[in-house]
Amino acid sequence: MNAIRVPVVEKILSANDQLASQNHALLKSKHVFSINIMASPGAGKTSVILQTIKGLQGRLKIGVIEGDTSAVTIDADKVNEMGVPAVQINTGGDCHLDAVMVAGGLQQLPLDDIDLMIIENVGNLVCPAAFDLGTDINVLIASVPEGDDKPYKYPAIYRGLDVLILNKMDLLPYIKFRPDYFKEGVEMLNPGLQTFPVSCVTGEGISAWLDWLEKRVKEEIR
Amino acid sequence: MHELAVTESILQISEKYAREADALKVTGINLVIGKLSSIVDDSVQFYWDIISNNSLCKGALLHFERRDAVLHCNQCSVEYRIDTSLQPCPNCGSPDVKIISGEEFFVDSIEIEK
Ligand SMILES: Nc1nc2c(ncn2[C@@H]2O[C@H](COP(=O)(O)OP(=O)(O)OP(=O)(O)O)[C@@H](O)[C@H]2O)c(=O)[nH]1
Ligand SMILES: [Mg+2]
Ligand SMILES: [Zn+2]
Repeated sequence: MNAIRVPVVEKILSANDQLASQNHALLKSKHVFSINIMASPGAGKTSVILQTIKGLQGRLKIGVIEGDTSAVTIDADKVNEMGVPAVQINTGGDCHLDAVMVAGGLQQLPLDDIDLMIIENVGNLVCPAAFDLGTDINVLIASVPEGDDKPYKYPAIYRGLDVLILNKMDLLPYIKFRPDYFKEGVEMLNPGLQTFPVSCVTGEGISAWLDWLEKRVKEEIR
Repeated sequence: MHELAVTESILQISEKYAREADALKVTGINLVIGKLSSIVDDSVQFYWDIISNNSLCKGALLHFERRDAVLHCNQCSVEYRIDTSLQPCPNCGSPDVKIISGEEFFVDSIEIEK
């Protein structure tokens, strides 16, 4: 018997990346613009999605995939109530969505009739960062009460972002949150990152996000 | 976190290359993981012992090479290592920096017998 070293140099989770590119190709072929919304639990993913649906109603046709760790359909129900097609993916306890789960969700939605696909990932700042879903952009919703140190503690998720939404700005007067310290951390990891400070309670900043998104979607799907 | 999915991927990649090389068995797997990747070695090892049991990789040792996080300052060109938390350039204080290493996350090679 011979002992041999075989070179490999292959990225771990590469199988997920391959499936993600298939998702991306499918969405492109249907002229759907897609976004992956990540955040810690309770940062306001569903709130931002509901605001986005409300604000873009009549301007874009939207579909939603809701990732949840259990069979609880609270978030998907809220979206359905707004008259938008939504499917819930139960990750069976997994801490993130992966490209396979999203492929299953896409099959259940009327892609020919959708301009913008919004995917709500599982609330978690670690795991979703490692799993590309094949969306056009990755969005993180940070929120003021989580604290200003999150970019320092969860660098990986900030690295892969295209857009950062800083939610719950209405709470700034009540919480020790240093916007400069937060911003410096973000800047080191992702220079020039497109950032929208918003509040889903007061509506502050939402229209800037919606205008940016609508413009981006229309550029991509026309 | 997602160590089970990571471990399954390591097994799948290792088996693919082992089969292509007509290996009788795999004795070791060399992984390169940057310190900015939040993977817990012990959890991967734990899952590994379970899921590799009925495979070509049964008993293979996992070797983790941890790469330091190294940053380059775009303002003064100093290169620096970060041990604990992310920080601006220690020389000039600028946050205008580039990450040079620390994000590696791949199977580098496998040791086989044939
Ligand atoms: N003060 C304040 N509260 C907010 C804001 N946005 C959301 N919330 C509240 O934060 C809580 C969580 O909001 P969700 O939108 O459910 O958050 P989520 O990220 O979808 O939560 P999970 O899906 O459970 O991880 C709710 O009680 C919201 O009413 C905001 O801008 N300001
Ligand atoms: Mg939610
Ligand atoms: Zn410097």
